[in-house]
Amino acid sequence: MTLDRELVGRSYPPSAVYEVGRAKIAEFAAAVGADDPVHRDPEAARAVGHPDVVAPPTFAIVVSLEAAFVVLGDPEVGLDYSRVVHGEQKFAHHRPIRAGDRLVATTTIDAARSVAGNDLLTARVELATEDGEAVCTAVSMLVARGSGGDAA
Amino acid sequence: MSERPSDIAVGTELPEFVARLTRADLVRYAGASGDFNPIHWSDRVAASVGLPGVIAHGMLTMGVAARAVTTWTGDPTALLEYHVRFGRPVVVPDDDQGAEVTIRGKVGALLDDGRVRVDLTVTTEGEKVLSLARAIVRLR
Repeated sequence: MTLDRELVGRSYPPSAVYEVGRAKIAEFAAAVGADDPVHRDPEAARAVGHPDVVAPPTFAIVVSLEAAFVVLGDPEVGLDYSRVVHGEQKFAHHRPIRAGDRLVATTTIDAARSVAGNDLLTARVELATEDGEAVCTAVSMLVARGSGGDAA
Repeated sequence: MSERPSDIAVGTELPEFVARLTRADLVRYAGASGDFNPIHWSDRVAASVGLPGVIAHGMLTMGVAARAVTTWTGDPTALLEYHVRFGRPVVVPDDDQGAEVTIRGKVGALLDDGRVRVDLTVTTEGEKVLSLARAIVRLR
């Protein structure tokens, strides 16, 4: 199918609150090999000025990718989930994510286009605390490969 | 305003960083990230969608590549912005060696407020796996 350009600018309701836990940060840090003690030791984090352990740079994906996928459940978007691959990812950190954060994700479609039989959809996820403090902007470009396409 | 260290210039190279990804690393990342797509753990499913084998999560490659930058800065929270475009998948064989991913980086631009742009080249078996990888970091 061809994406409808009128989808650009569409926003979705805020997600449920995601509470960031110390154990989840430590687990994620271990999974990407990030061995800095600020990811697992609250005292080490406080020693360099953080209120609690801080997340590695790509941890935001744990919250943001599911939020980006809300667009796939939108019947007016109509992307075939089984053909979707992750094309691009961008993070802009407004401040580090840390244990104890209660994050809400709000998703907006920033771009939608079809190129060479593939549908490209860019979902911007704004992560903020439930009090409204901006934490991270996570932008995911999703590619639904056309049935005749040869994209990687 | 913070000052950039005087020995940093456009073209300054980061130390090369090499990571090895095994099937166990993919399973660990699946659990930690919540991405249980079977192309990252099942040869059967990977083959059924035309892949040469089980592949690493793109986000795992992105996360590992960030370590080349955070190891250089010494502060993981100095990485302010990070943008990658996924090119070619990293195929991870079911053996003890897994796949080797090499990350090279160099300073691509000096920005204001003590920030620099780092351009990364991420390869496996000599082929680029990220067709774009850029980080903006604050140096103090």
